[in-house]
Amino acid sequence: MSEVIVITSGKGGVGKTTTTANIGVGLAIRGNKVALIDTDTGLRNLDLLLGLENRIMYDLVDVVTGRIPYKKALVRHKKHENLFLLPTSQIRDKSSVNGQQLVDVCNQMRGEFDYILIDCPAGIEQGFKTAIAAADYAIVVTMPEISAVRDADKIIGELNRADKDHIKLIVNRIRSHMVESGDMLNMDDINDILAIECIGQVPDDEMVVTSTNRGEPVISNKKSLAGQAYNNIVGRICGEQIPFLDFRKKSLFDKLKQILHV
Amino acid sequence: MLKAVMRLFGHDDKPSGRIAKDRLRVVLIHDRANISPEVINHIKDDIIKVISNYMDINQHEMEISLSDDENSVALLANIPVKRIKPQVMSSRNMHR
Ligand SMILES: Nc1ncnc2c1ncn2[C@@H]1O[C@H](COP(=O)(O)OP(=O)(O)OP(=O)(O)O)[C@@H](O)[C@H]1O
Ligand SMILES: [Mg+2]
Repeated sequence: MSEVIVITSGKGGVGKTTTTANIGVGLAIRGNKVALIDTDTGLRNLDLLLGLENRIMYDLVDVVTGRIPYKKALVRHKKHENLFLLPTSQIRDKSSVNGQQLVDVCNQMRGEFDYILIDCPAGIEQGFKTAIAAADYAIVVTMPEISAVRDADKIIGELNRADKDHIKLIVNRIRSHMVESGDMLNMDDINDILAIECIGQVPDDEMVVTSTNRGEPVISNKKSLAGQAYNNIVGRICGEQIPFLDFRKKSLFDKLKQILHV
Repeated sequence: MLKAVMRLFGHDDKPSGRIAKDRLRVVLIHDRANISPEVINHIKDDIIKVISNYMDINQHEMEISLSDDENSVALLANIPVKRIKPQVMSSRNMHR
């Protein structure tokens, strides 16, 4: 029985696609058969983050319009053989796929996959409504910034209105030195305000950028703090109890290592 | 670090993270209540109408907002009063 999870945020650029790619790879490494569906039609990116941009033949619009069966559009990952991408169209727009169509495609795919992750576009319009339609549960990604948290709150409201009340939170791009000096919303603040279960605290990490450059999600990089945080998220999705990382301690330790050149 | 020390000695104002949280709280009450600024303005006009029967008020400095009070939402109105109308005072006296 597969689980369909939508990754959404309201505000753009907070890390939905990065999160989808990393959780996808992490679940696949653990032996799950995983499909990632990009629903950001017109602004396709998930293929790039996974290094699959040169292998795309068909897309989600071809599938929902019945031109081809979904299997034909799936792109298998090079390294992780049980990870598949269903890319979306780069030339069509968000109105090309509606919620019911995505529900139908997911229903066809459910038998074959353990997890289906849906990467949602920013905003609360049609693209968002389409993306959440098929989901069993939602992961809301936000950042410790006033506008991102406000938008997350709005999205949680919209999800509730759509009867999607199984919602988890990931806070991305945490800058520990700013949290420490009191110049960034901390996790207690955010938990207080949004009041939904948090399954991830991901630090701001330059390795996210370099790994995106290479098309290899950072979760495979053992040295990266963000990679470890994503790994823990995957564990929590699989039902494990894992404490949250303490970036502060770790980063001091890292600095020490740097000084000692080890 | 220096900032933290300064704060310890009361040399700095609220940390900006705290300001962000306080501002978020207020804005989310409005967002969640889903009341348009137009409705708030109607409420304001109605309050002015009622209060003006009894008092001269400074309409321009009047503030009305939603605020959260533990678990419930409160409507807060701050209405600067210039003076109580004489007829109000006398009518109260009449009831005595
Ligand atoms: N933890 C992190 N540390 C550093 N950079 C990050 C982190 N997470 C995401 N980024 C960077 O932030 C940018 C936006 O990320 P991403 O594309 O995943 O966001 P998105 O929510 O999918 O955006 P959109 O709303 O446009 O779809 C990217 O450049 C990404 O590399
Ligand atoms: Mg994206």
